Amino acid sequence: MRIQNKFSQLKTNQTKGFIPFITAGDPDLKQTKELILALARIDSTVIELGVPFSDPMADGVVIQKASERALKNNFGIAEIFDLVKDVRKETQVPIILFSYFNPLLQYGLEKLCADAKDAGVDGFLVTDLVPEEAEDFSNLLKKHDLDMIFLIAPTSSDERLKMVAERASGFIYAVSRTGVTGARETTSQSAEILVNRMRQFSDLPIAVGFGISTADQVAETWKYADAAVVGSAIVREIEKFGSDEKLVEKIEDFAGNLLPKN
Amino acid sequence: MNFQPNERGYWGEFGGRFVPETLMSPLEELTSAYFAIRDDSEFQAEFLNLLQDFSGRPTPLFYAKRLSETLGGAKIYLKREDLGHTGSHKINNAIGQVLLAKRMGKKRIIAETGAGQHGVATATVCALFGLECVVYMGTEDMRRQELNVFRMRLLGAEVRGVDSGSKTLKDAINEALRDWVTNVDTTYYLLGSALGPHPYPLMVRDFQSHIGKEARQQILEKEGRLPDLLVACVGGGSNSIGLFHPFLQDENVQMIGVEAGGKSSKLGEHAARFMEGGKVGVLQGTKSYLLQDDRGNISLTHSISAGLDYASIGPEHAYLHDLGRVEYVSANDEEALKAFQTLSQTEGIIPALESSHGIAHAIKIAPEMSPNEIMVVNLSGRGDKDVNQVQEMLA
Repeated sequence: MRIQNKFSQLKTNQTKGFIPFITAGDPDLKQTKELILALARIDSTVIELGVPFSDPMADGVVIQKASERALKNNFGIAEIFDLVKDVRKETQVPIILFSYFNPLLQYGLEKLCADAKDAGVDGFLVTDLVPEEAEDFSNLLKKHDLDMIFLIAPTSSDERLKMVAERASGFIYAVSRTGVTGARETTSQSAEILVNRMRQFSDLPIAVGFGISTADQVAETWKYADAAVVGSAIVREIEKFGSDEKLVEKIEDFAGNLLPKN
Repeated sequence: MNFQPNERGYWGEFGGRFVPETLMSPLEELTSAYFAIRDDSEFQAEFLNLLQDFSGRPTPLFYAKRLSETLGGAKIYLKREDLGHTGSHKINNAIGQVLLAKRMGKKRIIAETGAGQHGVATATVCALFGLECVVYMGTEDMRRQELNVFRMRLLGAEVRGVDSGSKTLKDAINEALRDWVTNVDTTYYLLGSALGPHPYPLMVRDFQSHIGKEARQQILEKEGRLPDLLVACVGGGSNSIGLFHPFLQDENVQMIGVEAGGKSSKLGEHAARFMEGGKVGVLQGTKSYLLQDDRGNISLTHSISAGLDYASIGPEHAYLHDLGRVEYVSANDEEALKAFQTLSQTEGIIPALESSHGIAHAIKIAPEMSPNEIMVVNLSGRGDKDVNQVQEMLA
């Protein structure tokens, strides 16, 4: 319910949302905890925590490299749950796990949902799990009162958007353009068209991501969507300052500056 | 017994479509385009015509007399896919899919390649039709298969090296998928094995089934009966499913798929998905057996042959394995290398290192069989591409 509450709060305040993405364990789990707390301090709407995977086929090079760095730290989903449990002592910011399907499948879906709920995770977004393949998983999530966030893309037909509308909860993630994750210089018009198409079928909040990396682009996105997701731009800063002792401070500044002024 | 997948591309629990949402509509479009041509006689006639006149089908079914007699057991026939144009069975699928891409109005073709045989076949058919062609290949494979890299470039294709992960086939597929998801409006992804999201495993199997259809007719002509055993190497599994599929209903025909046993049975040192470490999971669009760790990360694999060096296996094979219809075994690097030399010296045929795995198993079991029994081994490709590598290894 944290996600729903947060979005209705935004609505009451007539403002829009900011959703940062970071990869768990990059540069290490201890720093990930501090980074989550920093992103909570700048009032992020939801934090997307990436589960590192050996074969991130939908990601651009920045997040691929983050995954590789994280995997060197030799941990799994169990350790990510421990981390979230720890974080929950200090913040109620909504947290979703952003993952490929195979690591979740190997953990065991039933146990995954129970443990996620117990740890204080709010939902899942699975890059390579489309609604047709998600039936079992989404029923389990529902049973544990967790949200299933689906992606929609400019290539999605109206029929597919309807299918997502029936199964999604929490919010819907609209991919701004065809392609992998990663910063782009210009945002695309296709995102606005997609968001407007989706509104016909669903009242859930819609976040837009893929390619958003500046405050101007966030402001642009806020004109038509409920929230903007920034991933690669933040992860690139983490890459740059990974071994800097002021990493957390720098990321807090950087992410804070992505929020449009006034 | 039904060996067709359901409408969502599942054989039993294996297959499906595990891809980013962006690719779903394109896959739906591809599926309807494929089903439109699947029973279209004009398309099939055009396909068959190119298989004959461009690629040289039917390929012969050759009785390996000296090999059979030396081993003193089963009569061994070789299905000579090595004699097809570009030197392997990969050309069958490349012709089929390029014809389909043309019908769909796509002008840009992308492909992944492991050993380079699929890349060469794709580059060849693209040259034939004047289509733009980009091939992704792991840099480790580019090193192992330098000659094929040059062949692709000579044919006018752009070869893009992939430096991530294990720098082999799996990583080339990741990169091809990234290209496809980015350029989906203009681009056709020509997947080379019976892998990936629906409809690829079905489509590739159908295009490769000419291997088995011909072999069936040829053995009936030569021996007046069906073979007792079929043997083929299995990487992703396209040459083997192409040979096996037309015989699946023939209960008395046994089948063995030979995986790459690599250096040892330790996870990371082989590419045998049905050995230890292989568990059901999802990779690159399909649910099948995967070599992975407990956390679901994909293991590194090793094989002497780039074409078998892959962590997953086509979903139809996973199904046939669980059903017990096909037996899966492995041959290791050393056995394959030895078979490579044995076939060269007893029959005057240099096999691809991939196909050498099938030959190696045939050599292992033929002596236990009777001279009245007939075995057909798929010689999926020729070994010219491997000669440099083998020369280094034997030095």
